[in-house]
Amino acid sequence: MRAFAQLLDRLAFTPQRNGKLVLLRDYMREQPDPERGWALAALAGELVFDAAKPAFIRKAVEARMDATLFAMSYDYVGDLAETVALVWPAKPGANREPEFAEVVEALRSASRSEVQRLLESWLDALDADGRWALLKLVTGGLRVGVSARLAKQALAEMGAVPVSEIEEVWHSLNPPYDDLFAWLEGRSEKPTAAAPGRFRPVMLAQAIDESDFETLDAADYAAEWKWDGVRVQAVSERGQRRLYSRTGDDIGRAFPDILDFLDFDGVVDGELLVLKEGKVQSFGDLQQRLNRKTADAKLTAKFPAGIRAYDLLLDGEVDLRQLPFRERRARLEAFVARAASPRIDLSPLQPFASWEDLRQLRAHPPHGDPKLAEGLMLKRWDSIYEAGRPKGPWFKWKRDPHLIDAVLMYAQRGHGKRSGYYSDYTFGVWREDANGDRALTPVGKAYFGFTDEELKRIDKFVRDNTVERFGPVRVVRANKDFGLVLEVAFEGLQRSARHKSGVAMRFPRISRLRWDKPAREADELATLERMLDEPR
Amino acid sequence: MKPRDLLCPSSVGLYCPLGDFHVDPVRPVKRAVITHGHSDHARAGHGSVLATAETLAIMQARLGDGFAASTEALRYGQNVNRSGVEVSLHPAGHILGSAQVKLAANGLTIVVSGDFKRRRDPTCPAFEPIRCEVFVTEATFGIPVFNFPDDREEVAHLVKSVAQFPQRTHLVGAYALGKAQRLIRLLREAGHDETIYVHGAIESMNALYARFSVELGDIAPATVDKSTRRDFAGAIVIAPPSSIDDRWSRRFADPLPAFASGWMRVRARARQRQVELPLVISDHADWNELTQTIRDVGADEIWITHGNEDALLRWCELGGQKARELSLVGYDENEGES
Repeated sequence: MRAFAQLLDRLAFTPQRNGKLVLLRDYMREQPDPERGWALAALAGELVFDAAKPAFIRKAVEARMDATLFAMSYDYVGDLAETVALVWPAKPGANREPEFAEVVEALRSASRSEVQRLLESWLDALDADGRWALLKLVTGGLRVGVSARLAKQALAEMGAVPVSEIEEVWHSLNPPYDDLFAWLEGRSEKPTAAAPGRFRPVMLAQAIDESDFETLDAADYAAEWKWDGVRVQAVSERGQRRLYSRTGDDIGRAFPDILDFLDFDGVVDGELLVLKEGKVQSFGDLQQRLNRKTADAKLTAKFPAGIRAYDLLLDGEVDLRQLPFRERRARLEAFVARAASPRIDLSPLQPFASWEDLRQLRAHPPHGDPKLAEGLMLKRWDSIYEAGRPKGPWFKWKRDPHLIDAVLMYAQRGHGKRSGYYSDYTFGVWREDANGDRALTPVGKAYFGFTDEELKRIDKFVRDNTVERFGPVRVVRANKDFGLVLEVAFEGLQRSARHKSGVAMRFPRISRLRWDKPAREADELATLERMLDEPR
Repeated sequence: MKPRDLLCPSSVGLYCPLGDFHVDPVRPVKRAVITHGHSDHARAGHGSVLATAETLAIMQARLGDGFAASTEALRYGQNVNRSGVEVSLHPAGHILGSAQVKLAANGLTIVVSGDFKRRRDPTCPAFEPIRCEVFVTEATFGIPVFNFPDDREEVAHLVKSVAQFPQRTHLVGAYALGKAQRLIRLLREAGHDETIYVHGAIESMNALYARFSVELGDIAPATVDKSTRRDFAGAIVIAPPSSIDDRWSRRFADPLPAFASGWMRVRARARQRQVELPLVISDHADWNELTQTIRDVGADEIWITHGNEDALLRWCELGGQKARELSLVGYDENEGES
């Protein structure tokens, strides 16, 4: 349990993805089976316990110490699990510290009353970090910033294999994954991924560069809109129906409305969208359906999900991935027509004669769904379906971003290489406040898009013009007559009830520093509101 | 004699009316007894200062030659008489030279703990509990959540992290006087023999510790030499906590911010400072040490000078121990040299 507790502790304080990867990789190299397998399952969200309620934990600790002292402690720390982990009195002569695997196996099999008794004996035997990890585990709150995707990436690094190979086998494996580790350590063959309903690693596109067009022949490529939804893989194979994210996470439970309509045999690659009468709705609508464990009838009726199909990986029992895109496309069109499902439609190809033609189309998308597209996708007619992000066969050609001029309002120090610099910026635009005065309202946050030299200059500006500090956040002087104007680029804008300004940006970044521009000339909120993505 | 005739709180700190001297006064006074060299306890401008030789040397190094009109050094356990009050200094285990002050007159003994800890510290002698009628204690970590782990485990986390992240600089915040030197000694005991780089403020304190035979191994200043352009990747750099958030830290390769302090026991504190590697290492007594010490000295009465006194008062009340708070002002209980 100690190694797992220390891993959790470090993960919780490590903000950088690369740092987390090193910690996970080393842990899985160092720890034995089945300890590391259970840890992997817990971190990847494959193990969720709800073994103890806060009231039980509180009662258990108050049986051991004065309730007033506990209340003072809880008040000081602010988090129940952490407080209990810190104040739980050491019990001399307690049992030995349990192994993590032991804890997991007991939690999986014991009854609720047994679990509570076990829990108390484990708390007696563990140290403060161990108690914290245990309490987070049993209350289902293991939030240390590790996604299933990150855990798979760490496995790939551990075994020096491409992450797509991990994704391919992941869904046919079960915790504690002995066979997976045996393969990654070269002790056995790769586990078989033949289970029906499994995930097939997806093919991704490179961003295209202006210079790329010189070497590419327009006749070699098909074009279609790049839909602003979520990439999914819909599988219906020998009675197994699944919906996967592009990294192989099973998201089917949140989309029962789609699973119901997978009335076919095959594997479809497409975009998950909210579709009303065949029309694409905004990404904001789709967000109402994302990151949920389930969806009730009310939600599915209000935000009906659908798939816009653009590739076919399996047609019946036939694997199409080695066929060229041209043939797969033909089979896809027939497949979608045959399925005749109200939840699945076809992403249409856009005919074009030259790159210039396509450039015009991208700049002036026709009314309807294309207005909400992020840009265009280019796919070589002869490209096979290759997992990963190969250079050349597929490109994405995004629309030019929106630009606004905003004023720097708050700054926070960054992490890692930027830990000595104020590199995270909150910026705002002008709006009329209740008194009719112009005031800045924050509209977004950006932490990239500038050079190291520019960073140094902004950092100096922040330090020289701090008017207040809240913990790690500095409030920067910004008013009509003074302030730093940032040109901010972003991909889209949606209404948001969670933001004070009522709008939320997608992918905001700093595109230019406008040292020359007076703060009063920065944009108004009304300008932003005209850029809102609205379904048409 | 009543205890308050021997010691009482005043606006500048603890005062002994019988002997006419103050203990750790926060403003200049005629006669002062100083428990240890941290700046909130040891200030310049007193008429005379009585302290250990180590504390006097620290004061001279930090405050300059004329920090007091006259000084008198006392060895641990040695007695001196001040108008009928027997004054002696005893190890407090806080930092080099730190002392408890024992005052005895007419059969009454009061012990002022100063800042103290009970666990082993390779840079100073261990705290000695003294039987007394009144024990005057600090309570910096006087709340049950502060139970500090073994120092060796914390240092092992640091050593392991250096091996895991060899391309990063481990930038450890530690108070320049006491904590930094203890951390260096703990690293040496853990087998870390590499050069340790330090901030200028720590360098001068290291030199002082060396004069009192505290061996620190291979130490070098964390300054960037333009000709070598070294970026300290894979090294441990120790600096005062304030320098970590500052421009000063930019010379290092992808710094990994660590902080050695008792406050790191609470996660929110570590997150507020954007610490990636919290090291729970303190020079103060934790909750168990505080309560154990109160048991050990067997005093009739406990006086609490500064810190989180509410919980400690409650604990005393539960055990039938007479206790009161003095609410002295001027001692850093949060982000000072804890």
